[in-house]
Amino acid sequence: MAILEVKNLSKHFGDLEVLRDISFSVEEGQVVSVIGPSGSGKSTLLRCVNQLERANGGEIDVCGMNMMRTENGKAVYAPKKTLRQIRLKIGLVFQNFNLFPHMSVMENIIEAPVHVLKMSKQDARDTAAELLEKMGLTGKEKAYPCELSGGQQQRVSIARALALHPDILFFDEPTSALDPELTGEILKVIKELAKEKMTMVIVTHEMEFAREVSDHVIFMDGGVIVEEGEPEALFGDTQNERTRQFLKRYRSTGEEE
Amino acid sequence: MSFDDILNVTKILLEYLPGTLKLFFFTLLFSIPLGVIVTWLKKCRFKPISWLTNLYILIMRGTPLMLQIVAVYYAIPMLVTSAKKSGSEGWFYDLLGKVDTRSSNYMFTALVVAFALNYAAYFAEIFRGGIESIPKGQYEAAEMLGLTKMQTFFRIILPQVVKRVIPATSNEVIVLVKDTSLATVIAYAEIMLKAKQMMNTYSSIAPLFVAGLFYFVLNAIVTFAFVLIEKHYNYYR
Repeated sequence: MAILEVKNLSKHFGDLEVLRDISFSVEEGQVVSVIGPSGSGKSTLLRCVNQLERANGGEIDVCGMNMMRTENGKAVYAPKKTLRQIRLKIGLVFQNFNLFPHMSVMENIIEAPVHVLKMSKQDARDTAAELLEKMGLTGKEKAYPCELSGGQQQRVSIARALALHPDILFFDEPTSALDPELTGEILKVIKELAKEKMTMVIVTHEMEFAREVSDHVIFMDGGVIVEEGEPEALFGDTQNERTRQFLKRYRSTGEEE
Repeated sequence: MSFDDILNVTKILLEYLPGTLKLFFFTLLFSIPLGVIVTWLKKCRFKPISWLTNLYILIMRGTPLMLQIVAVYYAIPMLVTSAKKSGSEGWFYDLLGKVDTRSSNYMFTALVVAFALNYAAYFAEIFRGGIESIPKGQYEAAEMLGLTKMQTFFRIILPQVVKRVIPATSNEVIVLVKDTSLATVIAYAEIMLKAKQMMNTYSSIAPLFVAGLFYFVLNAIVTFAFVLIEKHYNYYR
């Protein structure tokens, strides 16, 4: 069953068309990477799927629930209750972490389980401790975000998202705000999640990583999906001229744009 | 002036210290919650309310506090007199007529009303700045975690706002200590009033100097208190 199904999605800011006729789906256990140059609409796509931005047309279904569809040319969103239900099934890891600075690592992670899922504090703490162990952050429970490195902060924010047991986890350029030597630790964590068959959609500039970890890669440019397919096909020998150009630029500079 | 005179002046001014402190504390007590309400009204999505609030802030910050004190203090007696002249009647004028404008209670109430209305406008702008300085990402993170709007405000935003508004608030509180001296204009019994009277009695500016020391010490205490509060919030950045 497709966990995420996007059909003919469109989004514009005023006159500026940011997304045009975007369709793709994500199956359970799949890891999908979204790559493309800056301004290609990758992040906007993620934000539309995560309800942080309202789409203007198309259809989005999450976990078998309809989030939005188009009726008579107008985008219609599901009732608030459904939107909330959907929200609790998805997690998002932000580029700049967005941890709550006034809360310790432990408080950040148990905030939603306790106040949204109404778990007991003890249960929430136990789950959080397990997650922190998985993230290699045992012993940092009482630390505040400002006392951690960028890589550690990002791992806390992954743990915070996982604490709600999402069915699908989204990453919005999870390593873009990090020093190059810190990106490795985040990519390692994501790879481990992939091994556990966590369903994930990752917007990234890390081409090697995308090639290695994904089951499916989507290349976007100018608000449309230019090409998609298995990583080996897309990175290995794409027939698409635009994709080839983009990948060439990455290879020649080695790193990011 | 002899040393004994100065000691005497200090003793007398000490008797007027409670008047200053009373005005100071009551103004804080009312203006801070009122400031929160004004912030909230200004951010109201129903535009006319937001505009009216803007007008209120504009007037309060745009005219002298001394003028506002005089206006509030004389407004009720003048309304009563003019009502009597023109023969207006009704519950409103009955109510006005019952106010004993010559009691010291009336004077203090008028002062607190003027001060609280004025300081609430300043506090409201400080609080608004604090709320608007919180990055959008904090709201988005809270939204993604499923927190309600209320939870987001009270658990995520407000605690961070409090930390951010402390420096600007301390400024305002320090100014308030000194502004209590404006109450002299309606002859309210506080330090400045007495110092001015004694300046005439002794034909010396020494009483003013002593009064200045009083304000200085009060503000040293206020400053120290805010240093402690800032320290308390220093556990995060």
